[in-house]
Amino acid sequence: MQDAYLIALLTLSATIRVSTPLILGAMAGLFSERSGIVDVGLEGKMLAAAFAAGAASAVTHSAWLGLAAGIVAATALALIHGFASITQRGNQVVSGVAINILVAGLTIVLGIAWFHQGGETPPLPPEGRFMPIHFPGQDALASVPVIGPIYGHLIGGHNLLVYVAVAAVPLTHWIVNATRFGLRLRAVGENPQAVDTAGVSVAWLRYRAVLLCGLLTGIAGTYMSIAQNAGFTRYMSAGQGFIALAALIFGKWRAWPAMGACLLFGFLDAVAIRLQGVSVPGIGEVPVQLIEALPYALTVILLAGFIGRAVAPRASGIPYIKEH
Amino acid sequence: MSRTDRNVRAPLPRWADVALIPVANVLLALLAAALIVLVIGENPLKAVRIMVAGALGDSQGIGYTLYYATNYIFTGLAVAVAFHAGLFNIGGEGQAYIGGLGVGLALLAFDHVLPLAALIPLAVAAAALFGAAWAFVPAYLQAYRGSHIVITTIMFNFIASALMVYLMVNVLIAPHQMSPESREFLPNAWLPTIGSVLAGLGITVERSPLNLSLVLAALACVGVWIYLWHTPWGYELRTVGQSERAAVYAGVKPRHIILVAMAVSGALAGFVGVNEIMGVQHRLLLNFNLGYGFTGIAVALMGRNHPVGVVLASLLFGILSQGGAELAFEIPAITPEMIIVIQGLIILFSGALANMSRPFFERIFALAARA
Repeated sequence: MQDAYLIALLTLSATIRVSTPLILGAMAGLFSERSGIVDVGLEGKMLAAAFAAGAASAVTHSAWLGLAAGIVAATALALIHGFASITQRGNQVVSGVAINILVAGLTIVLGIAWFHQGGETPPLPPEGRFMPIHFPGQDALASVPVIGPIYGHLIGGHNLLVYVAVAAVPLTHWIVNATRFGLRLRAVGENPQAVDTAGVSVAWLRYRAVLLCGLLTGIAGTYMSIAQNAGFTRYMSAGQGFIALAALIFGKWRAWPAMGACLLFGFLDAVAIRLQGVSVPGIGEVPVQLIEALPYALTVILLAGFIGRAVAPRASGIPYIKEH
Repeated sequence: MSRTDRNVRAPLPRWADVALIPVANVLLALLAAALIVLVIGENPLKAVRIMVAGALGDSQGIGYTLYYATNYIFTGLAVAVAFHAGLFNIGGEGQAYIGGLGVGLALLAFDHVLPLAALIPLAVAAAALFGAAWAFVPAYLQAYRGSHIVITTIMFNFIASALMVYLMVNVLIAPHQMSPESREFLPNAWLPTIGSVLAGLGITVERSPLNLSLVLAALACVGVWIYLWHTPWGYELRTVGQSERAAVYAGVKPRHIILVAMAVSGALAGFVGVNEIMGVQHRLLLNFNLGYGFTGIAVALMGRNHPVGVVLASLLFGILSQGGAELAFEIPAITPEMIIVIQGLIILFSGALANMSRPFFERIFALAARA
């Protein structure tokens, strides 16, 4: 019993760690897409940030400089996406695909040229990473049944960026739903003409949304390389940007439901790792690939309107052309 | 363009629209790639020399270049057909994967009973059918359930990947085999190489994976050209892509067009399976599709969604792929991933930023007209 409790707790704890980049990525996508800028380039921005953070931290041994580099890299790509989508009125999906592919190649080319380790960055010392935070009284409480493990494994024991991700959700909800900027952001995603008529710049609003997207994907990527792991490895984002996008859609472009979807997808991932090669009583061995494909399949089913309805912001993907 | 601009800019002649701007965009992308080569401390001109020599210097290099180009033609045409219907098919990657699965299943089932002459049409049909089926589901969901094709095709890429891993690891893996690969097909199920065909004519070329799929690619180009520009169905497809409302007025059902366009698109992407599985690998395995679907997007954008443009763009990417592999031998600092970088840059400059250079040329032409 005690054992099952601990396993459940550890699985939940793993869920939080796996969900962190998804949550940050989904919140990033939320700002962009609610302003009407479709972003299939979350993956690329996260991968670029992971590389930049890993590289900067490997050179400076400073986690904070790593974070700064990650944010700068993702924001630079976000600005390219903004320039193509907002200023040049190009195809937003094409721009996102371009960024994904560009980054997939560039991180390896630069990684090999700079570090000569087959595309990886050198392993990082603890001071170059965001390490799990030791909560006060964690050890004293560890022997207390039920509460001790919850405090030590579930609430505590994560690194700083996990808490940043958790805080990003209410913050995103508040910004989007309770501030003037948020109101305008939503308006510009639904009806940019109305915003323009009210004398507010559509382009500047969307650029700010895209910059927020860059900031958050920057943190997400940084988390992968210098918090969750001890260095950058090739293609380390491994589709998490797309899962974040799927979670955003699954959460119908709202902060709390999107976080719920991230936790669900993260939980599936954590369970898949635990179930590898394990025979479940009554079912037999569950193919890991089935669980891996589930986030994508669920999103397809949701989008098809079989479980509720996911409707994108009305103006998303459409470049705004100011009339004269 | 606003009224005041009309004095300084001239509308571009057709040749500028069709040739000048696309070429300028590709040059911008290559320039950006050259800058990256400079950043990592190598000489871009030397890199270009090595690439061209490696890709076109001997018959083996040319063979490899054309082999890569074959795949790019298939996925490029796939993206182009969907584009003409106003659809963005990002699912070429998955459709190629499942197309290859179809080829593999057909050959594993029939290679000991049928001769090559029967296996070729069977494999081609299987590739088309499986690829089309994998594109049909997202198409149906877009047409009848309103889900966005871009998102659904992305999701289907991942689902295809998971499905293939499952099938290869658990079902199709050959007995007593460690790596997830099927048994090798019998030799009568191998698509002949161009080398062996030429040898029959008394011409010897060096070994390369180039096979008869190249002929299929050529037929696909002609077929797409006839279909899109010389049949009523192609006309309807392009009408839907230009203006769905106009198409409805003309009595075209856009939903049907979405289904047909995506099925054709998926079938074309599926042909990658013929080249890779029947032509080169002679067995079913994982990741033979890797990157071809995405490169198809670059090829279609660069080739302006026309078969002639697709062929030219495919040749360029074939040269880049083969030359890039050579480059990695000669200059270890430049890895084959440089090709992925160039693809990304071309998609950026020829796709998302396609109109960036337009005002510049409009001014040039205006100045030229005044002089």
